[in-house]
Amino acid sequence: MSRQPPVQQPPPVQRVRLRYFKQGPARFASQQDFARAFERALRRAAVPMAYSSGFNPHPRISYSNAVPTGVASLAEYLEIALAQRIDPVSVQASLNRVLPGGFQIMAAVESDGTALAELLTHSAWRIDLGVDATAAVAAFLAADSVVVQRMGKAGLRELDIRAAVVALAADAGALSLRAVTGPGKVVVRPGDIVAGLAVVSPAVVSPGASLALRVAQGVWSDGRVRDPFGPEKLANDAANAGIVANL
Amino acid sequence: MTESLFTRLEPLLAQVQKPIQYVGGEVNSQSKDFAAAEVRWALFFPDAYEVGQPNQGMAILYELLNACSSAPMPVGEQGDDDWLLAERTFTIWPDLAKLMRENGVPQFSWESHRPVRDFDVLGVSLSTELGYTNLLETLDLAGIPRYATDRTAADPLVIAGGHAVFNPEPVADFLDAVVLGDGEEAVLRVSALIRDHKRQGDAGREQLLLNLAKSGLVYVPSFYDVSYLPDGRIEAVRPNRPGVPARVGKQVLLELDEWQYPVQPIVPLAETVHERYSVEIFRGCTRGCRFCQAGMVTRPVRERGIQTVGTMVARGLAATGLAEVGLLSLSSADHTEIAGITGQLADRYAGTNVSLSLPSTRVDAFNIDLANELSRNGRRSGLTFAPEGGTDRMRQVINKMVSEDDLIRTVEIAFSQGWRQVKLYFMCGLPTETDEDVLAIAELAFRVIETGRRAANSRDVRCTISIGGFVPKPHTTFQWAGQADAETVNRRVRALKDKVRADRRYGRAITVRYAEGEPGMVEGLLSRGDRRVGKVIEQVWLQGGHFDGWREYFSYQRWLDAAAAVGIDLDWYTTRERSQDEVLPWDHLDLGLDRVWLWQDWVDARNGGEVADCRWAGCYDCGVCPALGVETQIGPTLRSLLPLTAGSEPVSV
Repeated sequence: MSRQPPVQQPPPVQRVRLRYFKQGPARFASQQDFARAFERALRRAAVPMAYSSGFNPHPRISYSNAVPTGVASLAEYLEIALAQRIDPVSVQASLNRVLPGGFQIMAAVESDGTALAELLTHSAWRIDLGVDATAAVAAFLAADSVVVQRMGKAGLRELDIRAAVVALAADAGALSLRAVTGPGKVVVRPGDIVAGLAVVSPAVVSPGASLALRVAQGVWSDGRVRDPFGPEKLANDAANAGIVANL
Repeated sequence: MTESLFTRLEPLLAQVQKPIQYVGGEVNSQSKDFAAAEVRWALFFPDAYEVGQPNQGMAILYELLNACSSAPMPVGEQGDDDWLLAERTFTIWPDLAKLMRENGVPQFSWESHRPVRDFDVLGVSLSTELGYTNLLETLDLAGIPRYATDRTAADPLVIAGGHAVFNPEPVADFLDAVVLGDGEEAVLRVSALIRDHKRQGDAGREQLLLNLAKSGLVYVPSFYDVSYLPDGRIEAVRPNRPGVPARVGKQVLLELDEWQYPVQPIVPLAETVHERYSVEIFRGCTRGCRFCQAGMVTRPVRERGIQTVGTMVARGLAATGLAEVGLLSLSSADHTEIAGITGQLADRYAGTNVSLSLPSTRVDAFNIDLANELSRNGRRSGLTFAPEGGTDRMRQVINKMVSEDDLIRTVEIAFSQGWRQVKLYFMCGLPTETDEDVLAIAELAFRVIETGRRAANSRDVRCTISIGGFVPKPHTTFQWAGQADAETVNRRVRALKDKVRADRRYGRAITVRYAEGEPGMVEGLLSRGDRRVGKVIEQVWLQGGHFDGWREYFSYQRWLDAAAAVGIDLDWYTTRERSQDEVLPWDHLDLGLDRVWLWQDWVDARNGGEVADCRWAGCYDCGVCPALGVETQIGPTLRSLLPLTAGSEPVSV
């Protein structure tokens, strides 16, 4: 007997997009941690996944713009490819019965075939700073360039984050702020924004005990981050989650 | 009752590596009412979460103590199950431990994030000696006194189990009690004794330990005095309380088909060392390999039948969503129904992307048949065999009865059936071993490659040689042997590596993997040490040593310095051969093994005698079955599995 070629898997018949949240202690899960947990949830829920071909077939899942480890999110997106047609709402319901605590699917829609990543150009964030951010926000907005340092695998890097921060506002109580980040040379994370505020204002200490939440993802238009699933879907679960996803 | 520490822990988690490992709440984790329970266990594995969480013993006891599964529990007490509860705790990495000490946050449980000190029992799973410093580290972070004699009613009972405790003497001063052998029934009975004690009001910790010791369920080290001869050897170990047994026996679980745990193991969010659902297809091994402690301490062999295995796999996969199944045991190819189990499970899960693995290292064609069944999807990468010794003479000494020609025939079949790589396990430093015995491993590997190239009709064949330093273990035939020193092990392994590398025909097709000999010396000290060795462990921990099983944290020099500081001679404990009349530190712990039989096996080892497996060749009088009133429980059951239909419960006939 000689080596056999791997089994070819049939192509997907449907793609479903999911928006999910990641909150509480589960925010400490890395994207890889979530991906393993999500694949296991798909198997527990018996979702009829399409698999890749090859010696090591894996379920076809496309993740987009994962939130940094330690940051909570109300607006994470992924797309799954299915081997059988199925109502997206029932996928959502069956996954929510088996996902680990801290993760929930908030909306499910059938893909229209467009590239999901192109609809997720901007992110809206809420960052709890614990100190008055009013002056720091004003200084940040007045600057042409805000250079921060970030520790990466290759060591400390310097990044100019100013251009990618398209909106920034201190909340009424001033201890938290809202930000919108968009495309740029770098993907700006909430930690970078806090670091940037610390650069322009001595009142902000970085890294502080800041808590960050991604409130929405989508295309930035008319002062709002527009959810790719459409306004009705967004309005529904924004109300459920008790938040308002625009600035 | 102290509330959760999580709000104090949370800001610290944002500052450490892999914080997800500390948050708990995983799928299938349990959160029972702490206040309502009468006996609360914190199950503790003295290593990082990524190592400890997949531990099978922890998973079994966690489910049993939480009475959380639908599998039958032969011992009474189920039903009114709220009196018992178990949570988990693991050794915390230095980055978080430092922050916790700075912020006054003590060791916590993974479920409710309560202080570990609030529990009634700290159940320690000691599977390797190199975890002993982590035991001290975690006790300290928990605020539990290191020495058992310093503990009060406010502290949990520290009860250890696992393979390392068959000689618990080096850590005896740090433990309140020890369970020898299978934990399933023992933890339930110990729990009942603790509950009864608590219901009687404050009778004191000493009385509770006495009740436990007299029950015969546990060994309470503080109830035994050790006296020494002028030359440093042990004179005697004697009980120091009336009613405490002179010898403590091991626990043996029978009828494993009635104990189908784990049913729904926790599915970690953090990455761990094993990401699979494991079924123990049998417990125990009687092959009689003279170096192997697991084989001696887990006798007799007790199998699970094919239907139980099928049911456990189906349930376990449904409950976890895992995609890999491990069929565990000490030598899985030896199960009486293994061909049916592998073939029928492979049928059941054909086309489902579930993969099956069988940790077996038997050197024979049957083992390849099994591996072929488990790799039907065409993935035939590597096969593992464990000849353990490089020459026929060496294998005779260790009672691993496989000839070089057997091995070559086996790899020939493997390579002709599509396998392209074999991994061979060996040990270095075995009793009577010479430099030539180790160098012979190179010649064997050359023959493997030569044979493989011919059988596969390809030059694309590889052989990996993996060599570990041999450490003599308590309760084995080699418990009297002198351990080879680190220099000898290192010299022989390096000479082997040089010989392989220098060979122009085969050298590039062979990889030699080995561990340095120094950690083996520390393992040797801790394996066969007595109570005086506890001071070395303490000194190492005081000097900052822990996570000794991790190369980046292990410091041989720190162990040498600590031994010197407390006046312990490392060589006396490791390289010294023991005589027949010497009282060994673990002689009062009774596994049923007949000491005379074991000594005769040690004599036979050096005279070329062999011992057959009692499963196939009749009893060879090791003593375990009559001494403990147990018997070998094997099949075949002559049953088989039916294919699973979607959504149905597993069906079998």
